[in-house]
Amino acid sequence: MIALSDYLILGAVLFCISMAGIFLNRKNVIVLLMAIELMLLAVNMNFIAFSHYSGDIAGQIFVFFILTVAAAESAIGLAILVVLFRNIRAINVEDMDKLKG
Amino acid sequence: MNAVTHFVTPDFLPAAPEMFVLGMACLILVVDAYLSQNQRWITYTLSQLTLLGAALLTLMLHQTEPSLTFNDSFIRDAMGGVLKLFIYLVTGLVFIYSREYLKSRDLYRGEYFVLALLAVLGMMVLVSAHSLLTLYLGLELLSLSLYSMVALQRDSAVASEAAMKYFVLGAIASGMLLYGMSILYGVTGSLDLASISRGAALFTPGEAMPAEMPGGNTLFIFGLVFVIIGIAFKLGAVPFHMWIPDVYHGAPTAVTLFLGSAPKIAAFAMLMRLLAEGLGALHGEWQTMLIILSVLSMAAGNLIAIAQGNIKRMLAYSTIAHVGFLLLGILNGTLSGYGAAMFYTLVYTLMSAGGFGMILLLSRAGFEADRLEDFKGLNQRSPWYAFMMLLLMFSMAGVPPTVGFFAKLVVLQAAVEAGLVWLAAFAVLMSVIGAYYYLRIIKLMYFDKAGHDAPLVAPRDMRIALSLNSLGMLALGLFPGALLALCSRVVGTG
Repeated sequence: MIALSDYLILGAVLFCISMAGIFLNRKNVIVLLMAIELMLLAVNMNFIAFSHYSGDIAGQIFVFFILTVAAAESAIGLAILVVLFRNIRAINVEDMDKLKG
Repeated sequence: MNAVTHFVTPDFLPAAPEMFVLGMACLILVVDAYLSQNQRWITYTLSQLTLLGAALLTLMLHQTEPSLTFNDSFIRDAMGGVLKLFIYLVTGLVFIYSREYLKSRDLYRGEYFVLALLAVLGMMVLVSAHSLLTLYLGLELLSLSLYSMVALQRDSAVASEAAMKYFVLGAIASGMLLYGMSILYGVTGSLDLASISRGAALFTPGEAMPAEMPGGNTLFIFGLVFVIIGIAFKLGAVPFHMWIPDVYHGAPTAVTLFLGSAPKIAAFAMLMRLLAEGLGALHGEWQTMLIILSVLSMAAGNLIAIAQGNIKRMLAYSTIAHVGFLLLGILNGTLSGYGAAMFYTLVYTLMSAGGFGMILLLSRAGFEADRLEDFKGLNQRSPWYAFMMLLLMFSMAGVPPTVGFFAKLVVLQAAVEAGLVWLAAFAVLMSVIGAYYYLRIIKLMYFDKAGHDAPLVAPRDMRIALSLNSLGMLALGLFPGALLALCSRVVGTG
């Protein structure tokens, strides 16, 4: 029998992996976008687990909205990435250093 | 699982301003596609009419009793109404100020106005949110529009870099906030803010788990931490402020103007809905976290701003310092404190709109007036605008006859009432340090020689709006009573 806490631990682990992916990655911006997606999926895992174990359907509805927003978000993220690549001819995180103060 | 057997048509009336703005944004998107470049004034006029129409609808539908609709996920109350009216006002000013700047940089297109209107819609939904779902959707609509607006100047390397940084950090903030929301949902079993507030009332400090909610206390704190990190990211409170200076600096000034003004009202609304209305019972827990954020923001914002040579960056750090003051009002946890914070927010957005508007006024085609030196000798070039800038800077610094002084005074009062005298003293000290870099601009304008004496050219509506905006700082400072009374009356009515 899989308990609620197992799902929550899985969600937390996914969340931590995505956090590590964002902060450790110094190379590629696309990896950053993937890590952001993973973060939203970790949250979805939490919502579905809570929703199932409490018998309340609202959490699952929320997941549909998160998925939709995540799609819109990656569309905009990739569009910005294309603009960035046209301007600096690179997608390395380290090359984004023009703004300093 | 309780099956819903029948579908009840929700009452659409409370959301009429939102639906109007959405409809008009779509209409403008279509109309703009058929316009040539010298017919673009139609887009501009339609956008201003949208804001005007939404303001009229909001005023017409105003009532003191709050009403809920869409299965209790949307609320219309007096606080929301006032905040929305200020959002329309500030956005209207932004449109007036940015028109010439956009024209001279080939950005005067429908995208700017449509995205700004969609961002306004996101702010309106956020202001009226009464469940975690509406709150999230409003926030995302606002953020996604802002990311694209920052990247609007497609041939600029700094703008696209700023957009990328803003996008990544904004997405992390949303993720954090969502994770916190999922925990709150798990503990209380509901997305509705009223139910969450009832669940939070069961919270008993000190005990690991009360009988009603096994494991509830620990999880509640866990969720609360994530929610506060998410909000702090969006507000730009230290240590979650890294995006603010880069984005303010890199974005086209017309976008920075929008970014630095109206969304602050929405961020205040988010704080109120989540912390005050949803998690008010956990006040003892979040007060400590907000104190830390507030102290760090006031210190870092004011100290780092001194070292900036770029005025957009300087105003970015000044935003961070102002966020620290805003939190000072919220962390009190009383109605008078919330009223003070609301007053501070509204006043700040007007000051910020004026400040960035002044940079736009000095900018010309191919010339960005974003260095401090560009303000040298402004008094010789135009004594009137030098005086306007003087009023705005005095107001930001908190010099008495202007409204900035009263805004600081009321939040300091709130902190003293909460028994945090040391925090109030620290805030005063920090605002004295902060006065230095505002007064430096005044010194540059009045006592230094101008590098050139090109006259300031601007359309008449911009000159009038900017003058009214700056004089408003003085007028509100002389008669702060009406707005202050309004803020303390409407806050906490929901």
